[in-house]
Amino acid sequence: MPKGHPSHSTAEEAAREPRVRREGQLFVVVIGCGRLGSLVANRLSFRDHHVTVVDQRSGAFDALAPEYSGFRLEGDATEFATLREADIGQADVLIIATENDNINLMVGQVARKIFNVQRVIARVSEPRREEVFSELGIETICPAVLVGDEIVESLHRDRSLGRQEDS
Amino acid sequence: MRVLVVGGDRLVYFVSRSLTNRGYAVTIINRDREECTRLARTLDATVVYGDGSMPHVLEEAGAWDADVVLAITPNDEDNLVICQVASVHFEVPRALALVNDPDHEETFRGLGVMAVSPTQILTRLLEQRMTFEDIEQFIPIAEGNINVTEIALDEDSPAVGMNLQDIPLPEGALIAAILRRGRPIIPGGATVMRDRDRLIVITLPDNHEEALKVLVGDSNG
Repeated sequence: MPKGHPSHSTAEEAAREPRVRREGQLFVVVIGCGRLGSLVANRLSFRDHHVTVVDQRSGAFDALAPEYSGFRLEGDATEFATLREADIGQADVLIIATENDNINLMVGQVARKIFNVQRVIARVSEPRREEVFSELGIETICPAVLVGDEIVESLHRDRSLGRQEDS
Repeated sequence: MRVLVVGGDRLVYFVSRSLTNRGYAVTIINRDREECTRLARTLDATVVYGDGSMPHVLEEAGAWDADVVLAITPNDEDNLVICQVASVHFEVPRALALVNDPDHEETFRGLGVMAVSPTQILTRLLEQRMTFEDIEQFIPIAEGNINVTEIALDEDSPAVGMNLQDIPLPEGALIAAILRRGRPIIPGGATVMRDRDRLIVITLPDNHEEALKVLVGDSNG
């Protein structure tokens, strides 16, 4: 594979090459190349981090920007072999962003407890599941809660401003 | 004993039916409303509609009082989470997950969840059957380190007519029980093996083939 086209190499080839990291450069594996996963992968890649993104639908990679310079790996993240191929054992951060909370929870635990990944961040869609994730020791981000909080917060800000104007 | 079964389709129907027939109090959690109605009509079980991996659904189904949770949905990740929520959150003493990907058996165990892989069981059974035709049942236990095998003797079996103590079984292999015309016998050294006896044999993977060869002969030969 020519060196000039890293985005077309497979993660497996990447794993074979020793990963030389520049100061401050992270090796990040992103599971799930949907709206959230592709956004995170694109942004991290633009910031010069070393990114591998995994999805089982080959069409999902279309969401990556043309300038995305990381690796793509087609595979099912619930299969051990896929995680090994993505080399998650070497990752500084694993971001799990599929739309299925239970897949995220399972992959998160496998990464933490079996591959000993230092930092695992999992997306959770259903806010009522956040407690389960935390009981099982997985750091979460729940988009619904973030957006909900932001809406309430901004309303609150408006109201308190309004009150100040009243007084 | 209270058993909580999570899943759908025929598997849940038949598992729940055999459990209720054995006198267990069964509660089924299923995420298809129509199927819930059907299950409730055909089975003597409580049926709860919802996602069994959600804590509030498990709670509604009586997870606090359950003795066993069986997670047998077609999705391994759901089965894992169901069992973990049951045991970590509701302190259910026993939770068992069905796994489709046989590799998950070990993964789940690493995460503290007991798993059964039908794929693994069928493959092993098939392998055994291909070597020995007389095997009735084959159950690997203790992570596959001990095999419990049920075999049927026929008139050609080398063990027929022999005292238990005279059978040259390899070390560590044991004839634990004999079923003779449907009656169970725990054999002693003087018990004689007969045609059509069914033997429950305990072996280790290392001496398994040799033990079976001594008892039923080499069916392939």
